[in-house]
Amino acid sequence: MKRGERITNSILEGGLKLSALLAIFLIFLIFIFIFKEALPIFTNPGVRSEVDLRDLFASSVWQPVSDHPRFSLLPLFLGTLKLSLIAILFATPLALGAAIFTAEFAPRALKETIKPGIEILAGIPSVVMGAFALLTLASVLQGIFGWTMRLNAVNAGIALGLAIVPTIYSVADDALRAVPGSFREAAYALGSRRNQAIFRVIIPVALPGIFAGFMLGLGRAIGETMIVLLASGNAAILSLDPALSTRSFSATIAAELGEVVFGSTHYAVLFFIGALLFVITFIINLIANLVVERFKVRLAGVA
Amino acid sequence: MEDKGINPWVSTEYSQPEYVRMIENIHALNENLIVRVEDFSLFYGDKPALKRINLSIKKNRVTAIIGPSGCGKSTLLRAFNRMNDLIPNVRIEGRILIDGEDICKKDTDLVALRRKVGMVFQKPNPFPMSIYENVAFGLKIAGEKDRARLDQLVEKSLRQAALWDEAGDILDRSALTLSGGQQQRLCLARALVIEPEIILMDEPASALDPISTAKLEALIYSLKKDYTIVIVTHNMQQAARVADYTAFLLLGELVEYDETRKIFTNPTDKRTEDYITGRFG
Repeated sequence: MKRGERITNSILEGGLKLSALLAIFLIFLIFIFIFKEALPIFTNPGVRSEVDLRDLFASSVWQPVSDHPRFSLLPLFLGTLKLSLIAILFATPLALGAAIFTAEFAPRALKETIKPGIEILAGIPSVVMGAFALLTLASVLQGIFGWTMRLNAVNAGIALGLAIVPTIYSVADDALRAVPGSFREAAYALGSRRNQAIFRVIIPVALPGIFAGFMLGLGRAIGETMIVLLASGNAAILSLDPALSTRSFSATIAAELGEVVFGSTHYAVLFFIGALLFVITFIINLIANLVVERFKVRLAGVA
Repeated sequence: MEDKGINPWVSTEYSQPEYVRMIENIHALNENLIVRVEDFSLFYGDKPALKRINLSIKKNRVTAIIGPSGCGKSTLLRAFNRMNDLIPNVRIEGRILIDGEDICKKDTDLVALRRKVGMVFQKPNPFPMSIYENVAFGLKIAGEKDRARLDQLVEKSLRQAALWDEAGDILDRSALTLSGGQQQRLCLARALVIEPEIILMDEPASALDPISTAKLEALIYSLKKDYTIVIVTHNMQQAARVADYTAFLLLGELVEYDETRKIFTNPTDKRTEDYITGRFG
């Protein structure tokens, strides 16, 4: 290798390494920042006199701006849970059905239409999806079910579900396509009907990949903010009723962080919520990754 | 013929071709011919892969199909259980009769055909399930639920495939923990469990080491009293060792088909001789 080439190579390699390290470093900094701002809840006596850790999880009212502020995370937790659950319940059958159809049943031309179509759905900005839910979907749902609260958990959950369909779909579709043709051949050669080959061999083999798609979708549903902010009504009600207005962790941060007094108890609690979201999505992504790894090992055993 | 309750020799209810076919079938039955390929051609798009093949396969014998890469030997093998249907743009002409039944018709029951004609593939391809589930698969998809019967048949086919001694105690373990040779015998057991009449083997030893190959060949030899075996191989010594009959295919044409001994010692066609002696291929 000539000297010039060597220098170009090392510059290129160094540059790439730097950008990779920088990305990790920035994420690490964000992590540090969030936890630093949430720290007063544990350490600052002034903050601790206003809100105890027990209050965060035990009491039932989220009323951060009042003479006697009350910081219960329970209604927000329940709201996040309700919304994610509805979103997942709505999105999973839709996305899996579509993935199984395009991977196994659809003729080529139809497949080439449906796949990009669903992936375009992923490109819709969430504020547009939120506006759609706020203006159109909410009225339609209210017309059907006659709920008193026009903006509620079901409305936001369905919009959220629409937003995560592409995530689940594309991972599940990839997983189904990655199933080696030799399994399919073996299944047919043993006298399987088409649905037996698909449901007894191909889907079980792809299941870890499908599960990973589900987890990624769940992670996005928990973190998604704008749709919830616009479509859920944002009332922090401690209830499991999906027809009531609902507020999530992420929407709370988005709605209140702009107005909060810097360094106040409220401020620290909002960052505590942020840290909590960080941890939850981190765990979900971790599980998804572990499952995908297992999936790879499982298939590599055959090759 | 019995089904119809009519004596075919005197009945006038049969058309001339049907009548001729019946006589042919009786003839084939006498000769123990289980498969008859008649003027069979296969095209990938416009490209012919098999050209007007004619051959008959004897029951309870091992028949080898040999030939250089791309000669159509796997394609011919896959025609016997219609696996070529999984490939788009395949067109066929001619007939393949199995037990006197033309399997190339549009309305052929593929599930029934594939239960009658089992297959073992080139690469071992056990499902990523337990050893037991792999073998029981063919029974379960046919609706067998009786646990005792499943256990019994799974054991029987594992014994037939000479895997019971090694795998009998670890039936719940993943099939992927087995060695390559064991996996291939598991695939054989999986095919045997539904009691096919014919077993197709597509270069079954090409991914195996010499010891596993020897085991598999011994197995093939012992299985022929119960099954008819058709084996595709690129390994001529293997054909000479296991097969009673050998067909030599070249560029989609059947060049020669005879007893293995004759093919390897005194071939009729110059091209066969050239291939056998290693002048090409």
